[in-house]
Order: sequence, then C-alpha cells, then structure tokens
Amino acid sequence: MSIGHTLLGLLESGPRHGYDLKRAFDEKFGHDRPLHYGQVYSTMSRLLKNGLVEVDGIEAGGGPERKRYAITDAGITDVERWLTQPEKPEPYLQSTLYTKVVLALLTGRSAADLLDSQRAEHLRLMRVLTDRKRRGDLADQLICDHALFHLEADLRWLELTGARLDQLAGEVRA
Amino acid sequence: MTPAGSLLIASGLHKAYGPTTALDGADFSIHPGEVVAVMGPSGSGKSTLLHCLAGIVTPDTGTITYDGRVLSAMSDRERSALRRTDFGFVFQFGQLVPELTCVENVALPLRLAGVKRREAERAALGWMERLEVDGLRAKRPGEVSGGQGQRVAVARSLVTRPRVLFADEPTGALDSLNGERVMQLFTEAARSANAAVVLVTHEARVAAYSDREIVVRDGKSRDMMQELSA
Repeated sequence: MSIGHTLLGLLESGPRHGYDLKRAFDEKFGHDRPLHYGQVYSTMSRLLKNGLVEVDGIEAGGGPERKRYAITDAGITDVERWLTQPEKPEPYLQSTLYTKVVLALLTGRSAADLLDSQRAEHLRLMRVLTDRKRRGDLADQLICDHALFHLEADLRWLELTGARLDQLAGEVRA
Repeated sequence: MTPAGSLLIASGLHKAYGPTTALDGADFSIHPGEVVAVMGPSGSGKSTLLHCLAGIVTPDTGTITYDGRVLSAMSDRERSALRRTDFGFVFQFGQLVPELTCVENVALPLRLAGVKRREAERAALGWMERLEVDGLRAKRPGEVSGGQGQRVAVARSLVTRPRVLFADEPTGALDSLNGERVMQLFTEAARSANAAVVLVTHEARVAAYSDREIVVRDGKSRDMMQELSA
C-alpha cells in the first residue's frame, strides 16, 4: 500500500496533525499493521519536500508531532491520479507451491501429502479469518473476505493439481 | 483428535456399490458440539460416509458407534427412531413441503412425534427467530428465496433438538453471500444447542465454519488436524 498517497487522501478532508493522521490511518487501514510514528514523519517530510503538503501551523512546544499539515493543489492532483490509475493485478506466476509439488514428484516424495498439508494450513487461516469476520464490523468483513477469496483460489488450485498429479508426474519425470 | 469422549465414531468403513468402491477403510469421530467438515473431490465417498454415519446406508464392513451403541446391531425400527429423535438433516435443496407454511414445515418433525400444534409451532418459531426467518412464518416455501428456504430447513433440523446434525452441501444451491449467512446462523445455532455437525462440503469457505476437517479421497479418510498435531 502507498502510505504517502493514503495519508494525502486523509488530508483532503482538512488539515491534521501528524499524530491525528496516524490515528486516522490506523483506525481505517492499519488493523493488522499500525503505522510507526517514524513512518508518518518521514513520509510527511517527503511529501513536504515534494510540495504535496504544506505546514498549516505549528503548536507551541515544538517537536515534529506539533506540526499541522494541509494538502496542496499538487497533492490533490496526485491523489486523484493515484485513485484513477488501476492497480496492476498480481500475475501469480511464481508459485512456491508449484515448485514444491514438482520437486516432490522428482524426488519420489508424496506430492499428495504435500497438497493435503497445505490445504489444512490454508483452512486453518481461513477459520481464523472467518471467526474474525463473524465478530467484526463491515470493514473487518471486507478485509477478511478479500483474504478469504484469495485463499479459496489457492485451495481450488490445490484441488485441481491433486486431480492432475499422475499426469504431472508423468511429464516431470519424462 | 482421539475418539475418546466422541459421540459418534466410525472405524474401518467399507462400502461398495457393485464393482464401485465408495468407502475403502474410512474412519471418523465427532465430539458433542463439534462441527466437522467432510471434504473431498466429487465421487470421493463423502456423501456415502455421511449416509453410513446417519444409519441410512449400512456399510459392508466396519463399525459405527453412536453414544456407545453399535448402529449395525440395531434393528431398522430402532435406527429409524434414532434418526427421528437424535439426528437432524439439512440437504442442498428441495427439502421443504411446498403445501405447508414455513412455520408448519419447521414444526413438522414435532407434529410427527405427537406434539400438539400450538406447542410445536411455538418451539418452531423460537428456532425461526434464531435463524432470522420468523417473519416468514405464514409464507409457503415457493414464496421465499433460496437462502431463506435453507434457513427454514436449518430451523426444522434443529427443532427436535438433535444431538447430531448431518448437512450435505447445505449451501450448494446458494450464492456466496447467502451461503455465508446460512453457515453463520447454522453453526451458531448448532453450537448453542451443543449439537455436533457433520458438514459435507467441497467449498473451503463453508468448511472454514467448522472446527476441523476430514478429507476423503478414494474412499479413504484423513483427519488433518490429528496428523498435523501428531
């Protein structure tokens, strides 16, 4: 995730202090990985240097956390560009799982066992996410669903590969 | 997970339909209040396993013990009684009686057991509330959506307070959002009633509502949690 763009986007609704920005970020996007204060201030000084934000005021007492930042017109344009630019889809062509399956077949180990253990591990995580989704709010549900759909896709691949193991074994050993 | 303290235990089940082997030494166990997903590809034997566990199909060899009693040692009449009193069933679709209203459908198992209408429908409504379909009490199955109908079917499966619920692809005919809602309410209601659930599914998102999974392949079963923790 681009922290710079996210912080800029949060600034669009009005100027904020650094600590306020961190709190807003953590509340909305940092469920699993809250920002460090250091990250906020290094990002803000970069945005400041690039003219995307400006200092709107400094509270008495000094220190970086006392600065209040406002987004500039260039900053708004930058957020706009980021939001309208589609994210590049992950191609998923480098798969450790595929490599493991082929190596298991090449070395005479059980690829079926490997797929079964992996399925169990995926399901274990899916249970944790399903439980969190059940207890959580809409934001939790959407974040967990995103992860669950990806894990489900992996599992479908595991099933498909399981069904084609004999064929694959013939090809890799040829 | 060892069979100690299990409510339902199956060991060494074999079942063949003519030349086709459906089960080839399958084992299974479930504790009271536990939700166990039975997973595996189509034709792996998971539905046959469920039918054997529920006493609908008799295995060729192997034993199934429910609450200390061996199913194969019971008479047909005793097994039928067990299915009515201790077991509940949820299938993929088409299980509601179209001529009856939803509340009459849910109350049906109690009515068949001789419970008076008012009392049966009061109990039925209690379960319908938990499944959030009490507003549909006067509707007939043809007038409700697939997801609502499945929740009515789940309420009916729970109304006799069974100790084991057998669910065969209970969300198979639903879209993912409705399927999730059914699973959420179903597992919550079953857990609150301390009913064990044998959940046959090929969908990982549905299996994620279980406590553990058994994988069936070529008629053989694997208890992944037991293997991973061994």
